[in-house]
Amino acid sequence: MLNMQNVTKIFRTDLVETRALSDFNLHVKEGEFVTVTGPSGSGKTTFLNIAGLLESFDDGVYDLDGENVRHLNDTQRSRLRNEKIGFIFQSFNLIPDLDLFDNVDVPLRYRGFNGSERKRRIERCLELVGLANRMKHLPAQLSGGQQQRVAIARALAGEPRFLLADEPTGNLDSKMAHSVMQLLKDINDEGTTIVMVTHDPSLAREAKRNIFVKDGKVSDVTHISASAPEPIASISASGARHV
Amino acid sequence: MFNYYLRLALLSIRRNPILSALMVAAIALGIGASMTTITVNYLMSSNPIPQKSDQLYYVQVDSWDPNEPAEEPNEPPEQLTWTDANNLYAAQKAQRQVIMATTAAVVEPPSQDAKPFNAYIRLTTNEFFPMFDVPFLYGGHWQASADKGREQVVVLSRKSNDKIFGGENSVGRSLRLAGRQFTVVGVLESWYPAPKFYDVGTGAFEEPEDLYIPFLLKEELQLPNGGNTNCWKTPEDDSFAGFLRSECINYQMWVELPEEQDKQAYLAFLNNYANEQKALGRFPRPLNNRLSDVMQWMENRQVVTDDARVMLWLSLMFLVVCLLNTVGLLLAKFSGKSAEIGLRRAIGASRQALFYQHLVETACIGLTGGIAGLALAYLGLLGIGSLYGSFADNLSSLDINMVLLALLLSLISSIAAGLYPTWRACSIAPASQLKSQ
Ligand SMILES: Nc1ncnc2c1ncn2[C@@H]1O[C@H](COP(=O)(O)OP(=O)(O)OP(=O)(O)O)[C@@H](O)[C@H]1O
Ligand SMILES: [Mg+2]
Repeated sequence: MLNMQNVTKIFRTDLVETRALSDFNLHVKEGEFVTVTGPSGSGKTTFLNIAGLLESFDDGVYDLDGENVRHLNDTQRSRLRNEKIGFIFQSFNLIPDLDLFDNVDVPLRYRGFNGSERKRRIERCLELVGLANRMKHLPAQLSGGQQQRVAIARALAGEPRFLLADEPTGNLDSKMAHSVMQLLKDINDEGTTIVMVTHDPSLAREAKRNIFVKDGKVSDVTHISASAPEPIASISASGARHV
Repeated sequence: MFNYYLRLALLSIRRNPILSALMVAAIALGIGASMTTITVNYLMSSNPIPQKSDQLYYVQVDSWDPNEPAEEPNEPPEQLTWTDANNLYAAQKAQRQVIMATTAAVVEPPSQDAKPFNAYIRLTTNEFFPMFDVPFLYGGHWQASADKGREQVVVLSRKSNDKIFGGENSVGRSLRLAGRQFTVVGVLESWYPAPKFYDVGTGAFEEPEDLYIPFLLKEELQLPNGGNTNCWKTPEDDSFAGFLRSECINYQMWVELPEEQDKQAYLAFLNNYANEQKALGRFPRPLNNRLSDVMQWMENRQVVTDDARVMLWLSLMFLVVCLLNTVGLLLAKFSGKSAEIGLRRAIGASRQALFYQHLVETACIGLTGGIAGLALAYLGLLGIGSLYGSFADNLSSLDINMVLLALLLSLISSIAAGLYPTWRACSIAPASQLKSQ
């Protein structure tokens, strides 16, 4: 599904060069739920943005769904983002003067679905996150957890194969965080591949696999099974690829 | 998708009502000012009789002072003397010709209720009406015999027929004018040539006269001079006849010459005439006779006044200033939307889609500004009408052109103003705006 080899990303400003990712290697299989942890500034968001085609990279190979994305133009990237990828952000990034229905509608508009198809999808997704009865509310009328649910509904509306979440629970209390996590797990059970960045170790443990990023590299991979919540394997930085 | 963009545009305009109102106001002011001056210039420079403007010629012969030209650098006098007007008319060398002047006299309506009033009168010859394609509502023009016989016949403008006869067909009825009994032979349709090309000397944008009567009645009834009178030599005696015999100019002449060769022949005739007059001791200046077609004559008389031109350029510069203002406001507005733009980019909007979205938004603001600008331009024209004459009343045939032009201008200029801010907004990198805010 997602395959990164020696991906390197350098941020250049007038004064400094920051190697946000250096020789980053990762393979995510279809249907996986991977959490990404690591210290602040280690490159997690950078990785996620590159994975989601929001940002370009300087070196290395990135295949998404078997397609090398290095040389896609803006329109092609936009289309891929729109069709294959769903995003969930830490700050929910809802459009404040659109109601829930219209917020979830945004990605569908660019997809070119007709009115009834859009309506069907929006209602289904809002139903899924338990907000079907608040369709006409504005984001400001909802709690933080509810807003994040709307963001999740928006990410799901396009029925993406691949869901990227950057600290989706960062702004939520732990109870809300766990319920959002549960929602993501349910979505993953339906077959959607999920990569989620989090700072919360307890949430990280709920996924199938956790990778630990440090200094722009994958430094540790933990496989988690339902029966064995403890780390079972460690892989060296260069050997992050696994089967 | 257009409907979606339109809805987003309206939402966005509502989100920043003050900023949006400022932009609309800036565009409206710029459009209002420039549409006012464009209309004035357009009207001033429009061809009042396009179907034959190149066949009608204004006649000038140089009867002026040997020591200085009538107008610098070496222009023949603007009008003719009584003598020359009558001689040239009597020669009948053109297909059609008309001599004329203005005067004023008191009209006494036949009905007891209507009060006497002072009317502006055009003294003219009968071919005035067919030459200038003047439309008649009732009756028609008088015959050449009436000119020769100095008959007391009158053609009324529609407005004065409404005033004197309550709009009825008054052909055959009589009214008192300058103390004499006149018979109505015709009533004109509403007729407002702009500019009033056949005589711009009394104001190129004034209304046509109230009444039309045969030219020679000037002498017969000793009617006063209207318009501009200029003399390079004082009349020999101060009697009315003395004035008519003098070198004072107060009369206009137009001729209709369908072909170029007619024009050449007529010019030769004028030169011939001038030489004859020289032999009689008149026309002390070198030969300097002239035929100007309608548009040449408008140009010569500077119907489009210099201040109207200057105003046009000033107002266009003002429009540019307003647009630069709009550019600034749009930059502010769109930078306030960068989070939304980044988000839309992240969830699949292409740069192109966002570009269209914001173009629709600018176009909405531009059109609103354009409509408001039209209202301002209308007010501006009313104001200017009092300056240049009664344009605003007679605008009807120009309305739609001007409205379309104003809307087009506002659309084009607002989109031009919107291009840079829109382009900047759309080149926001999708990721940059999504960090926690
Ligand atoms: N646009 C940018 N320009 C310059 N440097 C950047 C930019 N974005 C990120 N960086 C740098 O790249 C490195 C990785 O940043 P990144 O945001 O990926 O960290 P992170 O792991 O997501 O941290 P956090 O846990 O705090 O969110 C940091 O050193 C950061 O300063
Ligand atoms: Mg981060």
